Amino acid sequence: MSGNRTIRVDTLARVEGEGALEIKLTGDRVRDVKLRIYEPPRLFEAFLKGRHFSEVSDIVARICGICPIAYQMSAVHAIERAFGVEIDPAVRLLRRLFYCGEWIESHALHVFLLHAPDFLGYEDSIAMARDHRALVERGLRLKKIGNRIITLLGGREIHPISAAVGGFHKAPSKNDLRDLEPDLQWAVEASVETVKLTAGFEFPDFEQDYLCVALSHPDEYPFNEGHLISNHGLKIDAAQYEDLFVEHQVKHSNALHSMLRGSGSYFVGPLARFNLNFDKLTPLARQAAVDAHLAPPVKNPFRSIVVRAVEMVFGFEEALRIVREYQPPAKPRASVTPRKASGHAITEAPRGILYHRYALNEDGLVTEAKIVPPTSQNQKRIEDDLREFAAQVASWPLDEATRKCEQAIRNYDPCISCATHFLRLKIERE
Amino acid sequence: MKPLVVACGTPGRGDDAAGLLVARHLAELGIEVREHPGDGAALIELWDGRDFVILIDTVVTGGIPGTITVWDGLTAPVEGDAFRGTHAFGVAEAVKLGRALGRMPAQLLIYGIEGGRFDLESEPAPAVAAAALELAVLLASAIPKRSARKIS
Repeated sequence: MSGNRTIRVDTLARVEGEGALEIKLTGDRVRDVKLRIYEPPRLFEAFLKGRHFSEVSDIVARICGICPIAYQMSAVHAIERAFGVEIDPAVRLLRRLFYCGEWIESHALHVFLLHAPDFLGYEDSIAMARDHRALVERGLRLKKIGNRIITLLGGREIHPISAAVGGFHKAPSKNDLRDLEPDLQWAVEASVETVKLTAGFEFPDFEQDYLCVALSHPDEYPFNEGHLISNHGLKIDAAQYEDLFVEHQVKHSNALHSMLRGSGSYFVGPLARFNLNFDKLTPLARQAAVDAHLAPPVKNPFRSIVVRAVEMVFGFEEALRIVREYQPPAKPRASVTPRKASGHAITEAPRGILYHRYALNEDGLVTEAKIVPPTSQNQKRIEDDLREFAAQVASWPLDEATRKCEQAIRNYDPCISCATHFLRLKIERE
Repeated sequence: MKPLVVACGTPGRGDDAAGLLVARHLAELGIEVREHPGDGAALIELWDGRDFVILIDTVVTGGIPGTITVWDGLTAPVEGDAFRGTHAFGVAEAVKLGRALGRMPAQLLIYGIEGGRFDLESEPAPAVAAAALELAVLLASAIPKRSARKIS
Protein backbone atom coordinates (compact mmCIF):
# COMPACT_ATOMS: atom_id res chain seq x y z
CA MET A 1 0.00 0.00 0.00
CA SER A 2 1.28 3.49 -0.84
CA GLY A 3 0.24 6.74 0.82
CA ASN A 4 0.78 8.06 4.28
CA ARG A 5 -1.10 6.84 7.32
CA THR A 6 -0.53 6.83 11.02
CA ILE A 7 -1.40 3.97 13.32
CA ARG A 8 -1.26 4.85 16.96
CA VAL A 9 -2.12 2.88 20.06
CA ASP A 10 -1.55 4.53 23.37
CA THR A 11 -1.60 1.51 25.63
CA LEU A 12 -0.49 -2.02 25.08
CA ALA A 13 -2.74 -4.15 27.19
CA ARG A 14 -2.25 -7.64 28.55
CA VAL A 15 1.47 -7.50 29.21
CA GLU A 16 2.87 -7.37 32.71
CA GLY A 17 3.57 -3.72 33.40
CA GLU A 18 3.77 -0.95 30.86
CA GLY A 19 6.30 0.70 28.56
CA ALA A 20 6.27 1.99 24.98
CA LEU A 21 6.78 0.49 21.59
CA GLU A 22 6.93 2.64 18.49
CA ILE A 23 6.76 1.35 14.94
CA LYS A 24 7.33 3.78 12.06
CA LEU A 25 6.17 2.78 8.60
CA THR A 26 6.62 4.45 5.23
CA GLY A 27 4.05 2.85 2.99
CA ASP A 28 4.53 -0.86 3.57
CA ARG A 29 8.15 -0.47 4.58
CA VAL A 30 9.13 -0.51 8.25
CA ARG A 31 11.43 2.41 8.91
CA ASP A 32 12.06 1.95 12.59
CA VAL A 33 11.02 -0.10 15.63
CA LYS A 34 11.86 1.11 19.09
CA LEU A 35 10.97 -0.43 22.41
CA ARG A 36 11.09 2.45 24.84
CA ILE A 37 11.59 1.83 28.49
CA TYR A 38 11.35 4.59 31.02
CA GLU A 39 12.25 3.26 34.38
CA PRO A 40 15.86 2.67 35.37
CA PRO A 41 15.87 -1.13 35.69
CA ARG A 42 19.13 -1.32 37.59
CA LEU A 43 17.93 0.32 40.77
CA PHE A 44 17.66 -2.97 42.59
CA GLU A 45 21.31 -3.74 41.90
CA ALA A 46 22.33 -0.58 43.73
CA PHE A 47 19.81 -1.26 46.47
CA LEU A 48 21.38 -4.67 47.18
CA LYS A 49 24.85 -3.26 47.88
CA GLY A 50 25.71 -3.45 51.57
CA ARG A 51 22.86 -5.90 52.31
CA HIS A 52 23.52 -9.17 54.11
CA PHE A 53 23.34 -12.26 51.90
CA SER A 54 20.44 -13.59 53.97
CA GLU A 55 18.30 -10.59 52.95
CA VAL A 56 18.89 -10.90 49.21
CA SER A 57 16.25 -13.50 48.33
CA ASP A 58 13.49 -11.50 50.04
CA ILE A 59 14.59 -8.25 48.40
CA VAL A 60 14.83 -9.60 44.85
CA ALA A 61 11.45 -11.33 45.18
CA ARG A 62 9.96 -7.85 45.17
CA ILE A 63 11.25 -7.08 41.68
CA CYS A 64 8.32 -8.94 40.17
CA GLY A 65 4.93 -10.07 41.42
CA ILE A 66 4.68 -12.70 38.67
CA CYS A 67 8.07 -14.41 38.85
CA PRO A 68 9.45 -13.90 42.38
CA ILE A 69 10.58 -17.54 42.61
CA ALA A 70 12.88 -17.07 39.63
CA TYR A 71 14.55 -14.10 41.31
CA GLN A 72 14.90 -16.01 44.55
CA MET A 73 16.28 -19.10 42.86
CA SER A 74 18.88 -17.25 40.78
CA ALA A 75 19.92 -15.30 43.89
CA VAL A 76 20.28 -18.25 46.27
CA HIS A 77 22.09 -20.39 43.70
CA ALA A 78 24.55 -17.59 42.92
CA ILE A 79 25.26 -17.00 46.60
CA GLU A 80 25.55 -20.73 47.31
CA ARG A 81 28.12 -20.99 44.52
CA ALA A 82 30.05 -18.08 46.02
CA PHE A 83 30.11 -19.66 49.49
CA GLY A 84 30.51 -23.26 48.29
CA VAL A 85 27.24 -24.46 49.86
CA GLU A 86 25.96 -27.94 48.96
CA ILE A 87 22.21 -28.35 49.26
CA ASP A 88 20.34 -31.48 50.34
CA PRO A 89 18.89 -33.51 47.41
CA ALA A 90 15.43 -33.15 48.97
CA VAL A 91 15.86 -29.36 48.96
CA ARG A 92 16.83 -29.57 45.31
CA LEU A 93 13.55 -31.41 44.62
CA LEU A 94 11.59 -28.83 46.58
CA ARG A 95 13.17 -26.07 44.54
CA ARG A 96 12.11 -27.81 41.35
CA LEU A 97 8.58 -28.08 42.73
CA PHE A 98 8.67 -24.40 43.68
CA TYR A 99 9.63 -23.52 40.12
CA CYS A 100 6.86 -25.80 38.76
CA GLY A 101 4.40 -23.68 40.75
CA GLU A 102 5.71 -20.47 39.26
CA TRP A 103 5.74 -21.71 35.66
CA ILE A 104 2.22 -23.10 36.08
CA GLU A 105 0.70 -19.93 37.51
CA SER A 106 2.55 -17.69 35.05
CA HIS A 107 1.77 -19.80 31.98
CA ALA A 108 -1.87 -20.35 33.00
CA LEU A 109 -2.35 -16.60 33.38
CA HIS A 110 -0.77 -15.88 30.02
CA VAL A 111 -2.31 -18.72 28.01
CA PHE A 112 -5.89 -18.37 29.23
CA LEU A 113 -6.34 -14.78 30.33
CA LEU A 114 -3.85 -12.76 28.28
CA HIS A 115 -3.03 -14.54 25.01
CA ALA A 116 -6.01 -16.80 24.16
CA PRO A 117 -8.32 -13.81 23.55
CA ASP A 118 -6.06 -12.81 20.63
CA PHE A 119 -6.57 -16.14 18.92
CA LEU A 120 -10.28 -16.47 19.67
CA GLY A 121 -11.05 -12.94 18.51
CA TYR A 122 -11.92 -11.18 21.75
CA GLU A 123 -10.79 -7.87 23.14
CA ASP A 124 -9.86 -9.49 26.45
CA SER A 125 -10.58 -12.44 28.70
CA ILE A 126 -13.64 -10.71 30.17
CA ALA A 127 -15.30 -10.61 26.76
CA MET A 128 -14.05 -14.14 26.07
CA ALA A 129 -15.58 -15.41 29.32
CA ARG A 130 -19.09 -14.67 28.07
CA ASP A 131 -18.73 -17.25 25.27
CA HIS A 132 -16.02 -19.50 26.70
CA ARG A 133 -16.79 -19.65 30.38
CA ALA A 134 -15.46 -23.19 30.84
CA LEU A 135 -12.16 -22.22 29.25
CA VAL A 136 -11.66 -19.25 31.58
CA GLU A 137 -12.69 -21.32 34.59
CA ARG A 138 -10.14 -23.97 33.60
CA GLY A 139 -7.43 -21.32 33.40
CA LEU A 140 -8.31 -19.95 36.83
CA ARG A 141 -8.30 -23.42 38.34
CA LEU A 142 -4.92 -24.34 36.81
CA LYS A 143 -3.42 -21.06 37.96
CA LYS A 144 -4.80 -21.58 41.44
CA ILE A 145 -2.99 -24.92 41.70
CA GLY A 146 0.28 -23.20 40.76
CA ASN A 147 -0.39 -20.58 43.42
CA ARG A 148 -1.12 -23.33 45.93
CA ILE A 149 2.28 -24.91 45.33
CA ILE A 150 3.98 -21.53 45.77
CA THR A 151 2.04 -20.77 48.93
CA LEU A 152 2.88 -24.17 50.40
CA LEU A 153 6.60 -23.80 49.81
CA GLY A 154 7.00 -20.05 49.99
CA GLY A 155 4.82 -19.24 52.95
CA ARG A 156 2.60 -16.96 50.89
CA GLU A 157 1.42 -16.64 47.28
CA ILE A 158 3.31 -13.62 46.11
CA HIS A 159 6.72 -12.41 47.24
CA PRO A 160 7.26 -15.67 49.10
CA ILE A 161 9.50 -15.57 52.14
CA SER A 162 10.62 -19.13 52.77
CA ALA A 163 13.45 -19.53 50.23
CA ALA A 164 16.88 -19.07 51.74
CA VAL A 165 20.54 -19.55 50.93
CA GLY A 166 21.12 -23.23 51.73
CA GLY A 167 17.49 -24.32 51.37
CA PHE A 168 14.24 -23.19 52.93
CA HIS A 169 13.42 -21.66 56.30
CA LYS A 170 10.88 -24.45 56.68
CA ALA A 171 10.39 -27.65 54.69
CA PRO A 172 6.89 -29.09 54.15
CA SER A 173 5.91 -32.49 55.48
CA LYS A 174 5.30 -35.46 53.22
CA ASN A 175 1.57 -35.14 53.86
CA ASP A 176 1.62 -31.45 52.94
CA LEU A 177 2.80 -32.40 49.47
CA ARG A 178 0.61 -35.50 49.19
CA ASP A 179 -2.43 -33.24 49.62
CA LEU A 180 -1.58 -31.69 46.25
CA GLU A 181 -1.86 -34.98 44.38
CA PRO A 182 -5.57 -34.99 43.42
CA ASP A 183 -5.36 -31.45 42.04
CA LEU A 184 -2.19 -32.28 40.13
CA GLN A 185 -3.72 -35.38 38.59
CA TRP A 186 -6.66 -33.37 37.31
CA ALA A 187 -4.33 -30.63 36.11
CA VAL A 188 -2.17 -32.96 34.00
CA GLU A 189 -5.26 -33.98 32.03
CA ALA A 190 -6.58 -30.41 31.84
CA SER A 191 -3.27 -29.11 30.54
CA VAL A 192 -3.05 -31.87 27.91
CA GLU A 193 -6.49 -30.70 26.75
CA THR A 194 -5.12 -27.16 26.68
CA VAL A 195 -2.32 -28.23 24.33
CA LYS A 196 -4.93 -29.71 22.00
CA LEU A 197 -7.04 -26.57 22.20
CA THR A 198 -4.22 -24.10 21.55
CA ALA A 199 -2.75 -26.25 18.77
CA GLY A 200 -6.04 -25.75 16.93
CA PHE A 201 -5.74 -21.98 16.90
CA GLU A 202 -4.98 -20.20 13.64
CA PHE A 203 -1.42 -18.90 13.50
CA PRO A 204 -0.07 -16.15 11.26
CA ASP A 205 2.35 -17.40 8.62
CA PHE A 206 5.47 -15.97 10.23
CA GLU A 207 8.74 -17.77 10.93
CA GLN A 208 12.11 -16.49 12.07
CA ASP A 209 15.47 -18.18 12.25
CA TYR A 210 15.96 -17.61 15.97
CA LEU A 211 19.16 -17.84 17.92
CA CYS A 212 17.67 -19.75 20.86
CA VAL A 213 19.41 -19.63 24.24
CA ALA A 214 18.40 -21.73 27.24
CA LEU A 215 19.74 -23.81 30.08
CA SER A 216 20.39 -27.46 29.37
CA HIS A 217 20.70 -30.22 31.95
CA PRO A 218 21.81 -33.76 31.03
CA ASP A 219 18.77 -35.44 32.57
CA GLU A 220 16.04 -32.86 33.13
CA TYR A 221 14.03 -30.15 31.50
CA PRO A 222 15.90 -27.21 33.01
CA PHE A 223 14.98 -25.07 36.00
CA ASN A 224 17.93 -24.26 38.25
CA GLU A 225 20.96 -26.04 36.86
CA GLY A 226 22.84 -26.79 33.69
CA HIS A 227 24.96 -25.20 31.03
CA LEU A 228 23.77 -22.30 28.97
CA ILE A 229 23.47 -23.51 25.38
CA SER A 230 22.25 -22.26 22.03
CA ASN A 231 21.21 -23.79 18.72
CA HIS A 232 24.42 -22.28 17.27
CA GLY A 233 26.80 -24.34 19.39
CA LEU A 234 27.16 -22.21 22.51
CA LYS A 235 27.84 -24.15 25.72
CA ILE A 236 29.03 -22.19 28.74
CA ASP A 237 28.84 -22.04 32.51
CA ALA A 238 26.94 -19.19 34.16
CA ALA A 239 30.29 -17.73 35.24
CA GLN A 240 31.12 -17.06 31.56
CA TYR A 241 27.86 -15.27 30.81
CA GLU A 242 29.24 -11.75 30.95
CA ASP A 243 32.19 -12.71 28.74
CA LEU A 244 29.84 -13.52 25.90
CA PHE A 245 26.65 -11.59 26.50
CA VAL A 246 27.00 -7.83 26.44
CA GLU A 247 24.59 -5.05 27.18
CA HIS A 248 24.31 -1.91 25.10
CA GLN A 249 22.77 1.37 26.12
CA VAL A 250 20.41 2.60 23.41
CA LYS A 251 19.22 6.19 23.21
CA HIS A 252 15.52 5.38 23.13
CA SER A 253 15.41 3.24 26.27
CA ASN A 254 16.54 3.35 29.87
CA ALA A 255 16.93 -0.42 29.81
CA LEU A 256 19.98 -2.06 28.30
CA HIS A 257 19.83 -4.23 25.19
CA SER A 258 21.40 -7.66 25.66
CA MET A 259 23.31 -9.08 22.71
CA LEU A 260 25.36 -12.21 22.18
CA ARG A 261 28.83 -11.08 21.11
CA GLY A 262 29.18 -11.45 17.36
CA SER A 263 25.59 -12.59 16.87
CA GLY A 264 23.23 -9.81 17.89
CA SER A 265 19.79 -10.44 19.35
CA TYR A 266 18.80 -13.78 20.76
CA PHE A 267 15.66 -15.49 21.97
CA VAL A 268 15.01 -16.76 25.50
CA GLY A 269 11.85 -18.26 27.00
CA PRO A 270 9.54 -21.22 26.44
CA LEU A 271 10.13 -21.52 22.70
CA ALA A 272 13.93 -21.51 23.14
CA ARG A 273 13.70 -23.98 26.02
CA PHE A 274 11.43 -26.27 24.03
CA ASN A 275 13.63 -26.14 20.94
CA LEU A 276 16.76 -26.96 22.92
CA ASN A 277 15.34 -29.40 25.48
CA PHE A 278 12.51 -31.24 23.73
CA ASP A 279 14.03 -34.64 24.53
CA LYS A 280 14.06 -33.80 28.26
CA LEU A 281 10.31 -33.15 28.51
CA THR A 282 8.32 -35.52 30.71
CA PRO A 283 6.57 -38.32 28.74
CA LEU A 284 3.04 -36.88 28.61
CA ALA A 285 4.32 -33.40 27.80
CA ARG A 286 6.44 -34.74 24.95
CA GLN A 287 3.53 -36.82 23.65
CA ALA A 288 1.18 -33.85 23.86
CA ALA A 289 3.64 -31.86 21.76
CA VAL A 290 3.96 -34.66 19.20
CA ASP A 291 0.17 -35.03 19.01
CA ALA A 292 -0.05 -31.28 18.43
CA HIS A 293 2.47 -31.60 15.55
CA LEU A 294 4.82 -29.40 17.51
CA ALA A 295 8.39 -30.46 16.85
CA PRO A 296 11.62 -28.56 17.36
CA PRO A 297 12.70 -26.24 15.98
CA VAL A 298 9.51 -24.22 16.30
CA LYS A 299 10.18 -21.01 14.39
CA ASN A 300 6.76 -19.38 14.52
CA PRO A 301 6.62 -17.27 17.72
CA PHE A 302 2.82 -17.26 17.65
CA ARG A 303 2.98 -20.97 18.48
CA SER A 304 4.55 -20.04 21.80
CA ILE A 305 1.06 -20.33 23.31
CA VAL A 306 1.10 -24.06 22.46
CA VAL A 307 4.61 -24.41 23.86
CA ARG A 308 3.49 -22.76 27.11
CA ALA A 309 0.63 -25.27 27.30
CA VAL A 310 3.17 -28.10 26.78
CA GLU A 311 5.30 -26.63 29.57
CA MET A 312 2.20 -26.62 31.79
CA VAL A 313 1.82 -30.36 31.18
CA PHE A 314 5.49 -30.73 32.06
CA GLY A 315 5.10 -28.60 35.19
CA PHE A 316 2.18 -30.65 36.49
CA GLU A 317 3.79 -34.00 35.59
CA GLU A 318 7.04 -33.00 37.26
CA ALA A 319 5.18 -31.69 40.31
CA LEU A 320 3.27 -34.95 40.57
CA ARG A 321 6.53 -36.94 40.41
CA ILE A 322 8.06 -34.80 43.15
CA VAL A 323 5.13 -34.96 45.56
CA ARG A 324 5.12 -38.77 45.20
CA GLU A 325 8.89 -39.16 45.70
CA TYR A 326 9.44 -36.53 48.36
CA GLN A 327 11.07 -37.39 51.65
CA PRO A 328 11.67 -34.34 53.89
CA PRO A 329 15.31 -33.26 54.22
CA ALA A 330 17.12 -33.92 57.49
CA LYS A 331 17.58 -30.15 57.78
CA PRO A 332 15.59 -27.68 55.67
CA ARG A 333 18.64 -25.46 55.28
CA ALA A 334 22.34 -26.22 54.97
CA SER A 335 24.64 -24.17 57.17
CA VAL A 336 26.34 -21.28 55.40
CA THR A 337 29.73 -19.74 56.13
CA PRO A 338 30.32 -16.44 54.36
CA ARG A 339 33.61 -15.76 52.61
CA LYS A 340 34.90 -13.16 50.23
CA ALA A 341 33.85 -14.49 46.83
CA SER A 342 31.71 -14.02 43.74
CA GLY A 343 28.95 -16.31 42.55
CA HIS A 344 26.94 -16.55 39.35
CA ALA A 345 23.73 -18.38 38.54
CA ILE A 346 21.27 -18.68 35.71
CA THR A 347 17.84 -20.19 36.20
CA GLU A 348 14.88 -20.52 33.86
CA ALA A 349 12.19 -18.01 34.78
CA PRO A 350 8.84 -18.57 33.02
CA ARG A 351 9.90 -16.02 30.41
CA GLY A 352 13.47 -17.26 29.98
CA ILE A 353 16.91 -17.18 31.52
CA LEU A 354 17.51 -14.93 34.52
CA TYR A 355 21.15 -14.14 35.30
CA HIS A 356 22.40 -13.06 38.74
CA ARG A 357 25.92 -12.29 39.90
CA TYR A 358 26.91 -11.27 43.42
CA ALA A 359 30.23 -10.25 44.89
CA LEU A 360 30.27 -10.68 48.67
CA ASN A 361 32.76 -9.88 51.40
CA GLU A 362 33.91 -11.98 54.34
CA ASP A 363 31.01 -10.67 56.48
CA GLY A 364 28.51 -11.89 53.91
CA LEU A 365 27.63 -8.39 52.70
CA VAL A 366 26.92 -7.77 49.02
CA THR A 367 29.56 -5.54 47.43
CA GLU A 368 28.27 -5.82 43.88
CA ALA A 369 25.15 -7.23 42.22
CA LYS A 370 24.15 -7.74 38.63
CA ILE A 371 20.74 -8.90 37.46
CA VAL A 372 19.73 -9.48 33.83
CA PRO A 373 16.02 -10.38 33.52
CA PRO A 374 14.64 -12.38 30.58
CA THR A 375 12.52 -9.56 29.22
CA SER A 376 15.60 -7.34 28.97
CA GLN A 377 17.29 -10.10 27.00
CA ASN A 378 14.34 -10.44 24.66
CA GLN A 379 13.92 -6.70 24.06
CA LYS A 380 16.08 -6.54 20.98
CA ARG A 381 14.51 -9.73 19.67
CA ILE A 382 11.02 -8.24 20.15
CA GLU A 383 12.10 -5.25 18.08
CA ASP A 384 13.55 -7.56 15.40
CA ASP A 385 10.31 -9.59 15.25
CA LEU A 386 8.22 -6.46 14.95
CA ARG A 387 10.47 -5.13 12.20
CA GLU A 388 9.66 -8.24 10.13
CA PHE A 389 6.08 -8.76 11.21
CA ALA A 390 4.94 -5.15 10.85
CA ALA A 391 5.99 -5.31 7.20
CA GLN A 392 3.64 -8.29 6.71
CA VAL A 393 0.64 -6.46 8.12
CA ALA A 394 1.50 -2.93 6.97
CA SER A 395 -1.18 -2.95 4.29
CA TRP A 396 -3.88 -4.25 6.61
CA PRO A 397 -6.63 -2.03 7.99
CA LEU A 398 -5.31 0.16 10.77
CA ASP A 399 -6.96 -1.47 13.78
CA GLU A 400 -6.31 -5.01 12.59
CA ALA A 401 -2.60 -4.34 11.95
CA THR A 402 -2.27 -2.80 15.38
CA ARG A 403 -4.01 -5.71 17.06
CA LYS A 404 -1.75 -8.19 15.30
CA CYS A 405 1.38 -6.30 16.35
CA GLU A 406 0.17 -6.30 19.95
CA GLN A 407 -0.40 -10.05 19.66
CA ALA A 408 3.15 -10.46 18.32
CA ILE A 409 4.53 -8.68 21.38
CA ARG A 410 2.45 -10.88 23.66
CA ASN A 411 4.17 -13.91 22.09
CA TYR A 412 7.01 -13.01 24.43
CA ASP A 413 4.77 -12.59 27.48
CA PRO A 414 6.97 -9.62 28.31
CA CYS A 415 7.23 -8.93 31.98
CA ILE A 416 7.95 -5.26 31.78
CA SER A 417 7.66 -4.94 35.53
CA CYS A 418 10.85 -6.99 35.80
CA ALA A 419 12.72 -4.93 33.30
CA THR A 420 10.93 -1.63 33.52
CA HIS A 421 7.57 -0.23 34.42
CA PHE A 422 5.39 1.17 31.62
CA LEU A 423 4.67 -0.04 28.10
CA ARG A 424 2.73 1.79 25.42
CA LEU A 425 2.52 0.88 21.75
CA LYS A 426 2.56 3.39 18.92
CA ILE A 427 2.55 2.53 15.24
CA GLU A 428 3.21 5.49 12.97
CA ARG A 429 2.69 5.24 9.24
CA GLU A 430 3.91 8.02 6.96
CA MET B 1 -21.69 -8.43 59.26
CA LYS B 2 -17.94 -8.88 59.61
CA PRO B 3 -16.25 -8.27 56.26
CA LEU B 4 -13.13 -9.85 54.80
CA VAL B 5 -10.74 -6.92 54.49
CA VAL B 6 -8.24 -7.22 51.62
CA ALA B 7 -5.46 -4.66 51.21
CA CYS B 8 -3.61 -4.65 47.88
CA GLY B 9 -0.30 -3.06 47.07
CA THR B 10 3.34 -3.44 46.26
CA PRO B 11 6.02 -2.46 48.74
CA GLY B 12 8.87 -0.33 47.45
CA ARG B 13 6.83 1.16 44.61
CA GLY B 14 5.98 4.53 46.12
CA ASP B 15 2.26 5.21 46.50
CA ASP B 16 1.42 1.69 45.34
CA ALA B 17 2.04 0.63 48.94
CA ALA B 18 -0.92 2.68 50.23
CA GLY B 19 -3.14 -0.35 50.73
CA LEU B 20 -0.40 -2.09 52.69
CA LEU B 21 -0.06 0.96 54.93
CA VAL B 22 -3.78 0.79 55.64
CA ALA B 23 -3.34 -2.90 56.47
CA ARG B 24 -0.56 -2.14 58.92
CA HIS B 25 -2.65 0.50 60.70
CA LEU B 26 -5.71 -1.75 60.79
CA ALA B 27 -3.66 -4.57 62.29
CA GLU B 28 -2.44 -2.17 64.99
CA LEU B 29 -6.07 -1.29 65.63
CA GLY B 30 -6.96 -4.96 66.09
CA ILE B 31 -8.65 -5.51 62.73
CA GLU B 32 -7.89 -8.64 60.71
CA VAL B 33 -6.62 -7.81 57.22
CA ARG B 34 -5.50 -9.96 54.32
CA GLU B 35 -2.57 -8.36 52.49
CA HIS B 36 -2.66 -9.12 48.78
CA PRO B 37 -0.46 -8.21 45.83
CA GLY B 38 -3.45 -7.58 43.56
CA ASP B 39 -3.18 -10.69 41.37
CA GLY B 40 -6.64 -10.60 39.78
CA ALA B 41 -7.11 -14.34 39.34
CA ALA B 42 -6.23 -14.96 42.99
CA LEU B 43 -8.60 -12.17 44.07
CA ILE B 44 -11.53 -13.91 42.35
CA GLU B 45 -10.72 -17.12 44.20
CA LEU B 46 -10.43 -15.19 47.44
CA TRP B 47 -13.72 -13.32 47.35
CA ASP B 48 -15.93 -15.78 45.44
CA GLY B 49 -18.97 -16.68 47.54
CA ARG B 50 -18.14 -14.42 50.48
CA ASP B 51 -20.83 -12.30 52.09
CA PHE B 52 -18.95 -9.03 52.38
CA VAL B 53 -15.52 -7.97 51.16
CA ILE B 54 -13.75 -4.65 51.59
CA LEU B 55 -10.88 -4.12 49.16
CA ILE B 56 -8.33 -1.34 49.57
CA ASP B 57 -5.91 -0.32 46.80
CA THR B 58 -4.07 2.62 45.30
CA VAL B 59 -5.89 4.21 42.37
CA VAL B 60 -4.98 6.72 39.69
CA THR B 61 -8.01 8.67 38.51
CA GLY B 62 -6.38 12.04 37.97
CA GLY B 63 -7.34 13.28 41.42
CA ILE B 64 -5.14 14.81 44.10
CA PRO B 65 -2.80 12.25 45.72
CA GLY B 66 -4.23 11.17 49.04
CA THR B 67 -7.87 11.50 47.98
CA ILE B 68 -10.00 8.62 49.26
CA THR B 69 -12.76 7.26 47.03
CA VAL B 70 -15.21 4.41 47.60
CA TRP B 71 -16.94 2.35 44.92
CA ASP B 72 -19.60 -0.34 44.94
CA GLY B 73 -17.57 -3.18 43.46
CA LEU B 74 -20.65 -4.97 42.15
CA THR B 75 -22.06 -2.17 40.06
CA ALA B 76 -19.65 0.74 39.58
CA PRO B 77 -17.86 1.14 36.22
CA VAL B 78 -14.25 -0.01 36.62
CA GLU B 79 -11.51 1.49 34.49
CA GLY B 80 -8.48 -0.73 33.91
CA ASP B 81 -6.06 2.16 34.21
CA ALA B 82 -7.39 3.25 37.59
CA PHE B 83 -5.74 0.55 39.67
CA ARG B 84 -2.02 0.41 40.12
CA GLY B 85 0.13 -2.69 40.39
CA THR B 86 2.53 -4.71 38.30
CA HIS B 87 -0.06 -7.20 37.12
CA ALA B 88 -1.56 -7.24 33.65
CA PHE B 89 -4.49 -9.00 35.27
CA GLY B 90 -5.11 -6.98 38.39
CA VAL B 91 -7.91 -5.58 40.52
CA ALA B 92 -9.92 -4.01 37.68
CA GLU B 93 -9.77 -7.20 35.63
CA ALA B 94 -10.74 -9.27 38.67
CA VAL B 95 -13.84 -7.15 39.19
CA LYS B 96 -14.85 -7.32 35.55
CA LEU B 97 -14.14 -11.03 35.10
CA GLY B 98 -15.71 -11.86 38.46
CA ARG B 99 -18.87 -10.10 37.33
CA ALA B 100 -18.82 -11.89 33.95
CA LEU B 101 -18.46 -15.28 35.63
CA GLY B 102 -20.84 -14.51 38.50
CA ARG B 103 -18.00 -15.11 40.96
CA MET B 104 -18.33 -12.09 43.21
CA PRO B 105 -19.03 -11.66 46.89
CA ALA B 106 -22.54 -10.65 47.88
CA GLN B 107 -21.20 -7.20 48.76
CA LEU B 108 -17.93 -5.59 47.65
CA LEU B 109 -16.76 -2.14 48.69
CA ILE B 110 -13.59 -0.83 47.06
CA TYR B 111 -11.71 1.94 48.84
CA GLY B 112 -9.16 3.70 46.64
CA ILE B 113 -6.40 6.03 47.74
CA GLU B 114 -5.25 8.30 44.96
CA GLY B 115 -1.54 7.84 44.20
CA GLY B 116 0.80 9.83 42.03
CA ARG B 117 4.33 8.56 42.49
CA PHE B 118 5.44 4.98 41.79
CA ASP B 119 9.23 5.03 41.64
CA LEU B 120 11.10 1.86 42.60
CA GLU B 121 12.21 1.74 46.21
CA SER B 122 10.42 4.97 47.09
CA GLU B 123 8.06 5.44 50.04
CA PRO B 124 4.46 6.66 49.75
CA ALA B 125 4.08 10.44 49.62
CA PRO B 126 3.14 12.13 52.94
CA ALA B 127 -0.38 12.92 51.69
CA VAL B 128 -0.90 9.28 50.72
CA ALA B 129 0.48 8.01 54.03
CA ALA B 130 -1.86 10.38 55.88
CA ALA B 131 -4.82 9.16 53.83
CA ALA B 132 -3.89 5.57 54.67
CA LEU B 133 -4.09 6.36 58.37
CA GLU B 134 -7.35 8.25 57.93
CA LEU B 135 -8.91 5.36 56.02
CA ALA B 136 -7.72 2.83 58.60
CA VAL B 137 -9.31 4.82 61.43
CA LEU B 138 -12.53 5.17 59.44
CA LEU B 139 -12.71 1.44 58.73
CA ALA B 140 -11.70 0.45 62.26
CA SER B 141 -14.64 2.40 63.65
CA ALA B 142 -17.02 0.28 61.59
CA ILE B 143 -15.44 -3.19 61.63
CA PRO B 144 -15.55 -5.55 64.65
CA LYS B 145 -12.13 -6.15 66.14
CA ARG B 146 -10.42 -9.53 66.51
CA SER B 147 -11.07 -9.65 70.24
CA ALA B 148 -14.74 -8.83 69.75
CA ARG B 149 -15.03 -11.79 67.41
CA LYS B 150 -13.46 -14.09 69.97
CA ILE B 151 -15.85 -12.93 72.73
CA SER B 152 -18.90 -13.49 70.57
